[in-house]
Amino acid sequence: MRHILSVLMENESGALARLVGLFAQRGYNIDSLNVAPTDDVTLSRLTLVTRGDDQIIEQITKQLNKLVEVVKVVDLTEGTHVERGLMMVKVRAAGAQREEVKRTSDIFRAQIIDVTPTTYTIMVTGDEEKLAAFLESLSGTTIMEVARTGVSGVARGEKVLSL
Amino acid sequence: MLSGGEMLCRALHDEGVEYIYGYPGGSVLHIYDALHQQTKIKHILVRHEQAATHMADAYARASGKAGVVLVTSGPGATNAITGIATAYMDSIPMVVITGQVMSHLIGGDAFQETDMVGISRPVVKHNMIVRDPKDIPGIIKKAFYIAESGRPGPVVVDIPKDMTMPNVKFPYEYPERVKMRSYNPVKKGHSGQIRKAVNMLMQARKPVIYTGGGVILGRASKELTKLAKTLNFPVTNTLMGLGGFPGTDEQFLGMLGMHGSYEANMAMHNCDVILAIGARLDDRVTNNTAKFCPDAKLIHIDIDPASISKNIQADLPIVGPVKAVLTEMLEQIDNSSLHVDDAALDRWWSQIAEWRTRHGGRYRTDDSKLMKPQFVIETLSKVTQGNAYVCSDVGQHQMFAAQYYKFNKPNRWINSGGLGTMGFGLPAAMGVQLNYPDADVVCVTGEGSIQMNIQELSTCRQYGLPVKILCLNNGYLGMVRQWQDMNYESRYSHSYMDSLPDFAKLAEAYGHVGIVVDRAEDLESKLKEALAIRDKAVFIDVRIDPEEHVYPMQVPNGAMCDMFLSKTERT
Repeated sequence: MRHILSVLMENESGALARLVGLFAQRGYNIDSLNVAPTDDVTLSRLTLVTRGDDQIIEQITKQLNKLVEVVKVVDLTEGTHVERGLMMVKVRAAGAQREEVKRTSDIFRAQIIDVTPTTYTIMVTGDEEKLAAFLESLSGTTIMEVARTGVSGVARGEKVLSL
Repeated sequence: MLSGGEMLCRALHDEGVEYIYGYPGGSVLHIYDALHQQTKIKHILVRHEQAATHMADAYARASGKAGVVLVTSGPGATNAITGIATAYMDSIPMVVITGQVMSHLIGGDAFQETDMVGISRPVVKHNMIVRDPKDIPGIIKKAFYIAESGRPGPVVVDIPKDMTMPNVKFPYEYPERVKMRSYNPVKKGHSGQIRKAVNMLMQARKPVIYTGGGVILGRASKELTKLAKTLNFPVTNTLMGLGGFPGTDEQFLGMLGMHGSYEANMAMHNCDVILAIGARLDDRVTNNTAKFCPDAKLIHIDIDPASISKNIQADLPIVGPVKAVLTEMLEQIDNSSLHVDDAALDRWWSQIAEWRTRHGGRYRTDDSKLMKPQFVIETLSKVTQGNAYVCSDVGQHQMFAAQYYKFNKPNRWINSGGLGTMGFGLPAAMGVQLNYPDADVVCVTGEGSIQMNIQELSTCRQYGLPVKILCLNNGYLGMVRQWQDMNYESRYSHSYMDSLPDFAKLAEAYGHVGIVVDRAEDLESKLKEALAIRDKAVFIDVRIDPEEHVYPMQVPNGAMCDMFLSKTERT
């Protein structure tokens, strides 16, 4: 099962290494990881996508909570939530391809954020399924480069992850 | 106004530290100079940094307070790693101060630089690097608080050399308390969960109380004993939990697990309710988890939620310090209208009595020209009346000591249970003896383990520590040999050690007393003679039967009740 864990932790050097080290040490996997300071700069929010059965996710959550710098951990996938990732795709865009790529981007509400006579750089946001679908739709095009942020997310409604 | 080095010494004193264990080197010279100019903190100079960590660790195991280590950067720090990992695996509070190269040199592969924060990360409860000398008192306070609270563990504080410059001074103030928004160990258990547990215990017909190191660390042996007496339930201890319940008590089943007693493992397998207290159901206890105690409901009390349902799913988890939880449990039992099922318990005790008669801690004495290691430990237990501090190394002798020494008090059995660190015993015994000068402190070891830190005989001499080294000498790495007998058709690949020194003479060369015992009838008098020596260490080299195996031994991948009982019998 795929889970999205959101972690609030002290914005201190070494905290991220400790968290990532925990996953390596205990053999948990990380599909994607995204971290940045929050509105309170003393706190970082980290969003991590991992996989495992209920027992493994329970252990991961408990082990994360044991880390001295970790303030709070929530499993966003336990409730309703919104999740988004951002992806930039640089494609070969020449001749007839140019128009086709533009049309596909519009369908996905993607934006072309850099243009040269032979390339487009397209920015698209969405959940992992949408980003995968977008890449799929570009299969007829030469993809030169892909950069993704990994997933970030929040719970729906009143529920928040804060101090 | 104090320098960083002076602040460190002052902070340690304000924390109540008497001894620190260490070894000087380039990055900690400012600290050593500050140490030299004060008298409150006494420093013990070891011969290898690993020994410093084991000394501090053993002090913590005996006293419950964090031990303190001071080593230099690079090799000093890496030599300490084994001892840090040893403490980590057994949840022992320790504060390890490591020197680091000057801040501006960090990351540049400077002389004696290692990334100690990085290297130690997987084997510490927490670690910190000092980036401003003004932070030293606060960081030391935090280090002790983290090391000693919650589930204890080692904390490393890495101090770059420029943080302790003697000529740069700061106002000193030691904080009274620490407050951290991200670290708040639980103080008590959930009353509702405790109530449910009491109900389950009252309905139990074949219960077992299974306790571990958490009872020792949590200073809850009094509460445990009271609970067991109130309920009239049998008690078994893990390797780490020995002494948590009196070893000579009728209700004590002995140790459980891989080398647990027949009755403890049988009782576990056949029980209907397990009350696990401060124990983590690790692989040396459970054997094959799929076959673990098929009829049992598990109540699991632990201060660390991550220990609960990690290996075996708990039916009733209780997170909290064992002392507080047991105290509340006893109160609830007192006020409860429920009673234990005496008739069912009587039947359960008769069943246990039957197991005891079938195989109750016996060993083979038939061809007894050669001394049996079990007999050596039994004799030690007898002459010290179960009151000695027994600091063990790792191997067969450790298991024999765990099985045959009757620990009546907590904090007396000091061994590396989780990591299984050979070389632990001697420095551990020294750490205990230093802090308890009048106590009988015995290092139970083998000729393999003792040689992993034998250089400490020198430290032992320097500080006049009269430890007794009881070496079960069989000329083999006994536990390795046992596995080779059982699993590799007795192909003794590198488990025989040739060219052993004459240990008695070696001890004498270091200024100690050496005794050789090769006849069983001499053992008791020689042990008494050794224990009577109060001003020197004594090395007692006991020649034992090299063929002996540790039994019972659980059958690999079996249930708890699947055991080899001797070379020819199995359950």
